[in-house]
Amino acid sequence: MAAASTAFKKLIGNFGPVLRRCFPSVQVQVSRNAHFKFVEDTPDPNLGDNSFFSLIILIEMYNREKNLVQSIADALDYTLAQDPSAIIFGEDVAFGGVFRCTVGLEEKYGKQRIFNTPICEQGIVAFGIGAAAVGTTAIAEIQFADYIFPAFDQLVNEGAKFRYRSGNEFDCGRLTVRAPCGAVGHGALYHSQSVEAFFSHSPGLKIVVPRGPIQAKGLLRSCIQDDNPCLFFEPKVLYRSAIEQVPVDDYLVPLSQADVVREGSDVTMIGYGTQLHVLKEVAEMAQEQLQVSCEVIDLQTVLPWDEDTVYKSVIKTGKCLVSHEAPITSGFGAELAASIQSECFLHLEAPVVRVCGPDTPFPHVYEQFIIPDKWRCLDALKKLVDY
Amino acid sequence: MSLQYKISILIFNLQNQLLQTEMFRYIHKCARSTYRTIHSLRQELLKAQGCAYSTSSPNFPGSEHHKPEWTNTPNFILPERGSGIPVYRVLGDDGAVIDGATNPQLSKDECMHMYETMVTLNVMDKILYEAQRHGRISFYMTNFGEEATQVGSAAALDAKDLIWGQYREAGVLMYRGFPLIQFMHQCYGNRKDIGKGRQMPVHYGAKDLHFVTISSTLGTQMPQAVGSAYSYKMQGNGQCVVCFFGDGAASEGDAHGALNFAATLECPIVFICRNNGYAISTPTHEQYRGDGIASRGVGYGVATLRVNGNDIFAVYNGVKEAREMAVRENRPVLVEAMTYRIGHHSTSDDSSAYRSLDEISYWEQEGNPTKKLEAYLIQQGYWTSEQTEQMLKSKRKEVLTAFAEAENEKIGPMTEAYNDVYDVLPQRIQRQLEETKEHFRKYKDKYSNLDKFES
Ligand SMILES: Cc1ncc(C[n+]2csc(CCOP(=O)(O)OP(=O)(O)O)c2C)c(N)n1
Repeated sequence: MAAASTAFKKLIGNFGPVLRRCFPSVQVQVSRNAHFKFVEDTPDPNLGDNSFFSLIILIEMYNREKNLVQSIADALDYTLAQDPSAIIFGEDVAFGGVFRCTVGLEEKYGKQRIFNTPICEQGIVAFGIGAAAVGTTAIAEIQFADYIFPAFDQLVNEGAKFRYRSGNEFDCGRLTVRAPCGAVGHGALYHSQSVEAFFSHSPGLKIVVPRGPIQAKGLLRSCIQDDNPCLFFEPKVLYRSAIEQVPVDDYLVPLSQADVVREGSDVTMIGYGTQLHVLKEVAEMAQEQLQVSCEVIDLQTVLPWDEDTVYKSVIKTGKCLVSHEAPITSGFGAELAASIQSECFLHLEAPVVRVCGPDTPFPHVYEQFIIPDKWRCLDALKKLVDY
Repeated sequence: MSLQYKISILIFNLQNQLLQTEMFRYIHKCARSTYRTIHSLRQELLKAQGCAYSTSSPNFPGSEHHKPEWTNTPNFILPERGSGIPVYRVLGDDGAVIDGATNPQLSKDECMHMYETMVTLNVMDKILYEAQRHGRISFYMTNFGEEATQVGSAAALDAKDLIWGQYREAGVLMYRGFPLIQFMHQCYGNRKDIGKGRQMPVHYGAKDLHFVTISSTLGTQMPQAVGSAYSYKMQGNGQCVVCFFGDGAASEGDAHGALNFAATLECPIVFICRNNGYAISTPTHEQYRGDGIASRGVGYGVATLRVNGNDIFAVYNGVKEAREMAVRENRPVLVEAMTYRIGHHSTSDDSSAYRSLDEISYWEQEGNPTKKLEAYLIQQGYWTSEQTEQMLKSKRKEVLTAFAEAENEKIGPMTEAYNDVYDVLPQRIQRQLEETKEHFRKYKDKYSNLDKFES
């Protein structure tokens, strides 16, 4: 039965591209200069039930094709449907959000549950903390991760420490803060930042970065259900360019669990978000050009991160490359490198290499000179292999 | 997943997809032209009624709620104009209800509960202040001078209204029945402290008394309280949220966010500002140049009242009405209680460095809120000054007994330093705890006071 259903799903899945060809306007072009190549993941059949009822089978097939925006909207929609206490708020979310992640939700669930706030990030996060503290599932949106800093105090001093300081009398575990992050080609200083490392120094928070629509839906649902305040950073360059067969049902992708997206034996490469796609391509290039077998790990949760998966892989391969868009100094790669070196010292055949952004603000016209793209990663990988 | 839900997401997704199709674009285009037609029709209509743009009155969207008029002279609104927002009072200097003011007509029991709380708070403050001076607790902050603001508010509220405080609101908690011994446990951070000894003294919290745990960061509780109030509105539980803060904290960005969010999101919240004239050493004229905090309320569209914070009936009446308005109309209300911080800012502060002893003793004598209520009680025949002596004595005994008990209690085990960071202990923190335990097994003799801790 299960096998039949899987085969059926596969068959249905194949209609996606056909349908996309029939409705060309739906297809969103990946920007020509994109520094990464998004390759669809095959959905894990365990993630959710895809069996349909016959009348609307075609529409359903068509609808499984989702970009990152739609899969996030899906997770939010499901949350509002099954949890009557859930609210969504932030700047411009009511009309659908500047990235369209909340389209249609206001009409469906009403102004009381999805609403605009004044433009004040510290107010938004604090409002969410206070709502969560009295039993509301609070989903806050910060329009760009670059603008989360006014709420730094609320997140670090308040949200993160709420449970601890009250002796577990009070907590704000029902709070999730979503924010678009990362490079987008032309975002310059304040529409490109990757801010995860700032928050990774704050015990009490969870930090999650998905790599695509399938992961995003399950990870966001996990963040919302998790009983700790979570920061969910959405790589905005993937919003429309990443399209996958997203399971229709609700499903959870566990937090604090890394995903080995490609198995290999020579080098471990660790990243998250958009950078994961860069690493996947680098792994392919390494295989073809250098006959080097790379294991690629998507960290998924930056805090608290999955040490076991990482150490196990590095112990096997003996070499490790860590990569992120954020500046190198005190970036999360530093934490990974230091931990790997102390836990896997006897297995390492070379120092852990970090391929990251430089220690500069994120520039406008010079983006290609600072982004840790596949050529930089490949070059670093070559040196690592030859060490 | 229910069939119904499945169909609903299906339709929702379809709508989403449609957004991006040619068809949708076409519909959108049609809609836009229809909108234009409607808009011009509306303009015609407005013109016909003589109220379109640039005729009789301004119709900018930015001021549509307050309907301003045009003016042909550049009249600046000067903040210094006239006198400030008046201060509401009920009791005169002699403790009698002023002619024309409303006596809240509280029963003898209610009056006595308020009075007893104020006296106990005073006694506890004196003893814990001294305890800090003698190095028995690490820190303390007294409430001298602000007893009426705290206790009068607490009495006017429903016991289930949620309180978010700053740190100088112990009287609210005490009025609600927080036991003396719990105050002491918190200040000692012993194993019976609800907060498990993690925060500095006076950072109280009690879930059963609907009093959210205090934190040191000023102003942060203000927008948080608004979030809670919004939730209460959604839950329709008939309660409101009350947020206390000082005149100094009101300068934080969070205060601005809170008042603005509360107004635009229509939240049942009462903001109570304790304007006691100082923020540590900073007098209010270095804190702001407007008419106190009350004048800001109006700017945010928040109903506002200024009361004499040393007059417990004025506080009571004001807060009671504020609470009713907040719950009835789902609107925020701001109450600014004018008072004076008679004590030092904290045990780390010597206030004689920035203000005169004359000034302090003036307020101690003339503005003392406990004495004012006492005068009222005596006039009512509820109380005599001889009884005061007795009460002070017995309260002193109660406080000292609790104090000794808390002092002798053990502190929690080291595990408590590592717990409650998350709902469950992550592996990494677990390992750090194990390392600490291991370290202490080896180096026990290098650390002091280990016998005070539970193992
Ligand atoms: C964000 C922040 N900044 C500074 C401080 C240090 N601080 C503690 S109390 C205080 C003064 C607060 O004055 P006010 O709000 O008027 O309250 P009061 O002490 O008069 O009751 C300051 C500056 C702090 N705790 N938090």
